[in-house]
Amino acid sequence: MTETIARAETLDTELDGTRLATALAQTWKTERGLWGALTTVDHKIIGRRYIVTAFVFLVLGGVLALLMRLQLAQPEARVLGPDRFNQVFTMHGANMMFLFAVPVMEAMGVYLVPLMVGTRNIAFPRLNAFSYWIFLAGGLLLWIAFALDMGPDVGWFAYVPLSGPQYAPGKRADIWAQMITFTELAALAVAVEIVVTVFKQRAPGMSLDRIPLFVWSMLVTSFVVIMAMPAIMVASTSLILDRLVGTHFFNPAEGGDVLLWQHLFWFFGHPEVYIIFLPAVGMVSTLIATFARRPIFGYLALVMALIATGILAFGLWVHHMFVTGLPRLGESFFTASSMAIAIPAGIQIFCWIATLWDGRPVFKTPLLFVIGFIVTFVIGGLTGVMVASVPFDTQVHDTYFVVAHFHYVLIGGAVFPLLGAVYYWFPKFTGRMMSERRGKWAFWLIFIGFHLTFFPMHILGLEGMPRRIYTYQPDLPWHGLNLFVSASALILAAGFLIFFIDAIISARSGNPAGDNPWDAPTLEWATSSPPPAYNFAHIPVVGSAYPLWDQPGSLNVASGLHSDRREIVITTITIAEPQARESSPQNSIWPLLTAITTTIMLIWSIFSPWAVVWGSIPVAITLIGWFWPSGTPEDEA
Amino acid sequence: MRERVVLDLSKLPLHGLGSASVTWWGTLGFMLIEGTGFALVIAVYLYLMSLAPIWPLNAPPPALLPGTLLTVILLISVIPNVLISRWARQQDLRKVQIGMVVMSVFGIVPLIVRAFEFPALNVKWDTNAYGSIVWTLLGLHTTHILTDLVDTLVLAALMFSRHADNPRRFGDVEDNAMYWNFVVATWLPIYGCIYWLARL
Repeated sequence: MTETIARAETLDTELDGTRLATALAQTWKTERGLWGALTTVDHKIIGRRYIVTAFVFLVLGGVLALLMRLQLAQPEARVLGPDRFNQVFTMHGANMMFLFAVPVMEAMGVYLVPLMVGTRNIAFPRLNAFSYWIFLAGGLLLWIAFALDMGPDVGWFAYVPLSGPQYAPGKRADIWAQMITFTELAALAVAVEIVVTVFKQRAPGMSLDRIPLFVWSMLVTSFVVIMAMPAIMVASTSLILDRLVGTHFFNPAEGGDVLLWQHLFWFFGHPEVYIIFLPAVGMVSTLIATFARRPIFGYLALVMALIATGILAFGLWVHHMFVTGLPRLGESFFTASSMAIAIPAGIQIFCWIATLWDGRPVFKTPLLFVIGFIVTFVIGGLTGVMVASVPFDTQVHDTYFVVAHFHYVLIGGAVFPLLGAVYYWFPKFTGRMMSERRGKWAFWLIFIGFHLTFFPMHILGLEGMPRRIYTYQPDLPWHGLNLFVSASALILAAGFLIFFIDAIISARSGNPAGDNPWDAPTLEWATSSPPPAYNFAHIPVVGSAYPLWDQPGSLNVASGLHSDRREIVITTITIAEPQARESSPQNSIWPLLTAITTTIMLIWSIFSPWAVVWGSIPVAITLIGWFWPSGTPEDEA
Repeated sequence: MRERVVLDLSKLPLHGLGSASVTWWGTLGFMLIEGTGFALVIAVYLYLMSLAPIWPLNAPPPALLPGTLLTVILLISVIPNVLISRWARQQDLRKVQIGMVVMSVFGIVPLIVRAFEFPALNVKWDTNAYGSIVWTLLGLHTTHILTDLVDTLVLAALMFSRHADNPRRFGDVEDNAMYWNFVVATWLPIYGCIYWLARL
């Protein structure tokens, strides 16, 4: 701890352009080397790390999918035994939902939202660092357990009583439950950061109707995370309690209830779909405006559709439970609400088509993925309306029809836009363009491979093939289509392989991108690629929703911030009037140390309830270290 | 990109207070998360209650004294809590220091009473689902008292250090006071659930 308390002294108005850049770079820098990597709180470094880690989990989950397809390619195959198969499909689902889809969407927000609203770092940067470490620990917990043959084998939704103390001895179900705690903690932290960044750190003048649509989508998503994730934490915690200390939440013999689990799980699990889908919607709106070369059609309608989807997301969970024998009236209500969500989805699709219709579309790779998204998502949406109907759902429940449906909405609805978004923002992340030629190959292989893989699953489902079976007999009429599906999965995998090769090659030797290679209208393109540590030398001042289109080549900015203190501008929620010059925390090792103590406590608590008592002491100590001021200009006011 | 300076921010304060503070909003965010958690646990209570043929399940209702005493103490603690928030807004260091000591005591006393509250539930967590949910409700709220107490103690220490006389610290005190109000407010429905629904 320093003896003196340092204060910020130099204003940016006292420095010319180059000296200001040098001073800001010094104030905001991340040290080179390991120490710098462990202590950084730069949202761009953490966001990049988060994105790369999530894509590594995508690859791992994809390998599991290929293993399952290998096993199912022919009847009575012996690639995976039943126990291993149970672990593999559980790992595939849990990994894709909790370690890839949600984190990668939030990670895009972590990187992009501060740039798009014109600020220098995300709100609560240390919490952001902590969030990444906790996410990483949760992922490692799951995959190391799997490597030790301790991987969960109870499905990604871990229904009781199968996952309860009676039918799931050992620690496999606890690994699943505690992985939930890790990833939800990480996700909730990012959600709060994004809400506060969007509410309070927008550039002066960026009133509510000038917020970029991707930022709107991340804001709504963050609120859905905040309201939905506590449900799964309550569920997984009570499951661990049932398994560890003998509570009876899910034990009907002592007044508990197994359907309680399904209610809690799906109260989270359905909004989860929209937590993945809404950011993708924001990406689509962003990409379509840029590549149609005109402002988006129906900005207000799109924002309203985002909010409506976010709210309706909480009224749908029971449609996952139509075959559990709930009262008729309840089922009818949830059928209605499930169909109602097609309205905001439809509004968005019409706005996008209208924008493309009236624009002058430029068919670069990002736009191809968007069009692939529209086609695929509409099909997934149609089967969604089908399974929203109770009689139909009763027929296809737990069959491959449902597998086909949710891969259409999840891959079609979220992964396609995500890949388009990666092609779009890659130049900003790395300063280099990805290859158009490899991009087109990747798109067509993924698009065709996807449909060839998943469309036949609808038919398999209608032919009665159940989900989660590890093999089937030769006399059943499924093997032809299964072989076809497995072969098509290789095309899909080849597309992803090209995508990853392209990303790696382009990061090293792609064409230099320049600040704004797509001539895009939003603020992240107003700074260099990749952006400097401080994002913007001067905070932009915004007069429209498309600042870089309305004043090409010039940017209105604000001055009067300190260059020797990490400083950001706080603005009002609605019209973004400047309120204060606030400090933003410096780099710190404490988030990592706190993540380590938290990890020890959480993993220990799988084995002993006393871990919560003794393990929380080091957590408290590291938290105090985190928050204790150290006399830097950032700690003072 | 050509930059044109159109706005001068050099007169703005170096720290945002109240709703201009990011920590204030962050605290609200976490209150929303935890509030949702409390609401869900209460929903689980009501769900299990709706399924049970009799409620409480095979146990006498909880004894009223410790829980009610705790409720009274928490309600009284709101008075110094509101005062300390006001003093922090006025940046009156001496009064805030006194207030932090008082609030530390108001964090410790409920924990002592809470120690008597668990046995007064008249049921164990592993007796049946009713026992599980009341222990969870009470446990969840206890962790909130505990976290706020640790927070208060650290902040109290900080207010006696060289870092004390600083608008940022006073903002922390206000946020901490707001969080304590939340701890008290969330207790009331839980108290109603545990002690009075079991008597319906």
